[in-house]
Amino acid sequence: MLRRFVCALATGAAMALPAQAEDQVTDFMLENGMQVVVVEDHRAPVVMHMVWYKAGSADEKPGVSGVAHFLEHLLFKATDKLESGEFSATVAANGGRDNAFTSYDVTAYHQRVAADRLELMMSMESDRMVNIRLGEEEILTERDVIIEERNQRVENNPGALFREQLNAAQYLNHRYGIPIIGWRHEMEALGLEDALDYYGTYYAPNNAILIVAGDVEPEEVKALAEQYYGVIPANPDLPERARPSEPPQTSARRMEFYDARVAQPYVTRSYLAPERNPGDQRGAAALTLLAELLGGGQTSVLSQKLQFEDKNSIYATAWYRGTSLDATTFNLLTVPAPGIGMQEAEDAMDAVVAEFMETGVDEAHLERIKMQLRASQIYERDNVDSVANRYGRGLTSGLTIADIQAWPEILQSITPEEIMAAAEMIFDRKKSVTGWLLTEEEAAQ
Amino acid sequence: MIRAFITCVTLFVAVPAWAEINIKEVTSPGGINAWLVEEPSIPFVALEIRFKGGTSLDAEGARGATNLMVGLLEEGTGDMDAQAFAKASEELAAQFGYDSHADAVSISARVLTENRDDALALLRKSLVAPSFPQDALDRVREQVLSGLRSDLKDPDKIAGARMAEIIYGDHPYGSAGEGTIESVTHLTREDMIAAHKGAMAKDRLFVGVVGDITAEELGPVLDALLGDLPETGAPMPGPAKVDIMGGVDVVDFDTPQSVAMFAQNGIDRDDEDFFAAYVLNTILGGGGFESRLMEEVRVKRGLSYGVYSYIVLRDLANVYMGSVSSANDRVAQAIEVIQDEWALMAAEGPTEDEVAKAKALLTGAYPLRFDGNGAIATIMVSMQMDNMPIDYITTRNDKVDAVTVEDVKRVAGELLTPEKLQFVVVGKPEGL
Repeated sequence: MLRRFVCALATGAAMALPAQAEDQVTDFMLENGMQVVVVEDHRAPVVMHMVWYKAGSADEKPGVSGVAHFLEHLLFKATDKLESGEFSATVAANGGRDNAFTSYDVTAYHQRVAADRLELMMSMESDRMVNIRLGEEEILTERDVIIEERNQRVENNPGALFREQLNAAQYLNHRYGIPIIGWRHEMEALGLEDALDYYGTYYAPNNAILIVAGDVEPEEVKALAEQYYGVIPANPDLPERARPSEPPQTSARRMEFYDARVAQPYVTRSYLAPERNPGDQRGAAALTLLAELLGGGQTSVLSQKLQFEDKNSIYATAWYRGTSLDATTFNLLTVPAPGIGMQEAEDAMDAVVAEFMETGVDEAHLERIKMQLRASQIYERDNVDSVANRYGRGLTSGLTIADIQAWPEILQSITPEEIMAAAEMIFDRKKSVTGWLLTEEEAAQ
Repeated sequence: MIRAFITCVTLFVAVPAWAEINIKEVTSPGGINAWLVEEPSIPFVALEIRFKGGTSLDAEGARGATNLMVGLLEEGTGDMDAQAFAKASEELAAQFGYDSHADAVSISARVLTENRDDALALLRKSLVAPSFPQDALDRVREQVLSGLRSDLKDPDKIAGARMAEIIYGDHPYGSAGEGTIESVTHLTREDMIAAHKGAMAKDRLFVGVVGDITAEELGPVLDALLGDLPETGAPMPGPAKVDIMGGVDVVDFDTPQSVAMFAQNGIDRDDEDFFAAYVLNTILGGGGFESRLMEEVRVKRGLSYGVYSYIVLRDLANVYMGSVSSANDRVAQAIEVIQDEWALMAAEGPTEDEVAKAKALLTGAYPLRFDGNGAIATIMVSMQMDNMPIDYITTRNDKVDAVTVEDVKRVAGELLTPEKLQFVVVGKPEGL
């Protein structure tokens, strides 16, 4: 508590840091190694029930890209106890909604239902953790579905195709360079054994986190979790999450991507960047604030210079997502105004960053950002699902509960000097990937 | 064992317990009405403010004016320019959202209790006294134009635009509220001033408030925030004449997956068969994974990632629409399946079991919507705009429960017109 107090004083805050947000949260571990997090909100009789597996597309074996996401689809098919489709049908018959998602570091399944249906959700979710039963015919149809999903999300969207190529250029050795949904040619060859191999390796209680958020009591969740999840044996052969790491980048990488469907060209730049690590989050916190200073809205440095003063950009921004198991990226983007060439737009963006390195952090600007971060903790309490997701993302990215809870205070305590040191480290052109998204017409010129 | 347990629960599905949502109607001293839910447990207030009419109020020759005007509300007021306004809202950690669509201009605000008066005074300036500086107009215009250029190459947008044109013709609903490259290029500061006067007046104002504020406090707050708006605005356009004839319209566009939309005439919210139609749509294409269209198009045949249908209730028109995306060589088959399902439902209606499941889904899911201050404020403002009684929330599930399988069968036969189901397909579809 004292640290929190000192922190508020140090930043000259009119508002004390809200302690209540974390008071909603209880966590414990089942005997088989399954972690449980309960986020309480008793305003409405609703509950969000989620199981997060510490396995995503970056945990796939080479050659079967997309299998983590494919398996996610297949978990809605038959188990020993449920017919194909019965899981979602049962959730719907109980007035709930269910879905799932896959990313690089995690696969998660969730249902939003009335709070008195929690036990039913646990009975079904624990069942499909270990009991799926798949037929060859059924999985071929579902493979068509994921290929149509790729068509919809990627093939029909030149911006998405461009980002796929940029990621591939950014990561030479790590599987963050391979799309979550998979390369099309590998998706087309995915089979039952590939899915079952991934399932057998990663789907186990000691690789999963249960998060229950809403109108529930922690004791009630604990009793139910022990009854349904606690009885599933841990997988003793669970592999350690050690992925290949990136070699040092010694040469800037550049790319031009042309597509006739592009209407609005833009320039984007990414730099390989460190992520939040357990007990070591200050660097990531400094990068988080750096991204806000450079690209967080109308008053950010990039927007102010490029959109408002020089008027050579329609939109300019910076972003950084520090919650990641392995090395992440820091990104810049500018959309050139009509009549501004791509090189000119890129040079202007670089000039703004160079000038920022000279002038440093505007302390009033930093204080406004910190004020908004403090307020976001109040606003977030209105959305218990958002709290649940924050814990899910953090825990599947290698962080601990203590790391997640310390993060807001760490952000408040970051100094301008730490931000500039982080910027010095990040803005090395030799460690960057620059991409131009262009129309076919520009190619012809 | 588990299956027996599930079946048991499914059979005895009852509507889950409700959080009590105690809506108060507040009338300010100056005569502004709002619906309020007092929720003091988190120190902030969510306000949802809507002005009926929206982009459909654009003056002749100024298509896109309302949209651009709304985009400029936070770009200058009094002696504050866009930067000064943004800095002030950041210092207060207030969150303001300004948006417009075919039926309304909407303002969403979240303000902290600790600086509520200052934050709302800032919001007031942007709503009541925007200055529309020329440099901001030019800058935001470029952003709108950039979006419009992108829309011309986006298959979803192309499909939506073509379908709107077919359904609504010359009515404002027939064209994009963002305007065209031509119309937006020529918008002036005078157009912004006129659009502001026309769209944001007290005769079309609706307010929902949820959070840490009492009814007594809210009255004066409303007057201070909105009292200086003009009493009356621009006249509302008349209803759109919707008479969809059916057919398949292909827009050639070079992309691997075709985007298809479909539409037929709809049903009014005040129609006595509305809830039967709502249950019908849940079974046919609205109920997510459980719908017939999803089962036939995605689950059985793998033709698409998703297929949906939805009843569209606009202030000036009602239509029944849907969408699907499939690879160019498979979209014809997807459309055929949809046409067959439409015809089958029209001819035979749903089963008793389907109706029971759809009603369970709808009644069970309804209370789940009321799960946050912002969400409740939005629901309350929509209820007012749709002229619903203040106790609607407590009676709504009874209306769903009252629907019988006979009702749905009859409405399926009356409402669904498979021979007049219009398709728009954007892509390089084979066999169409």
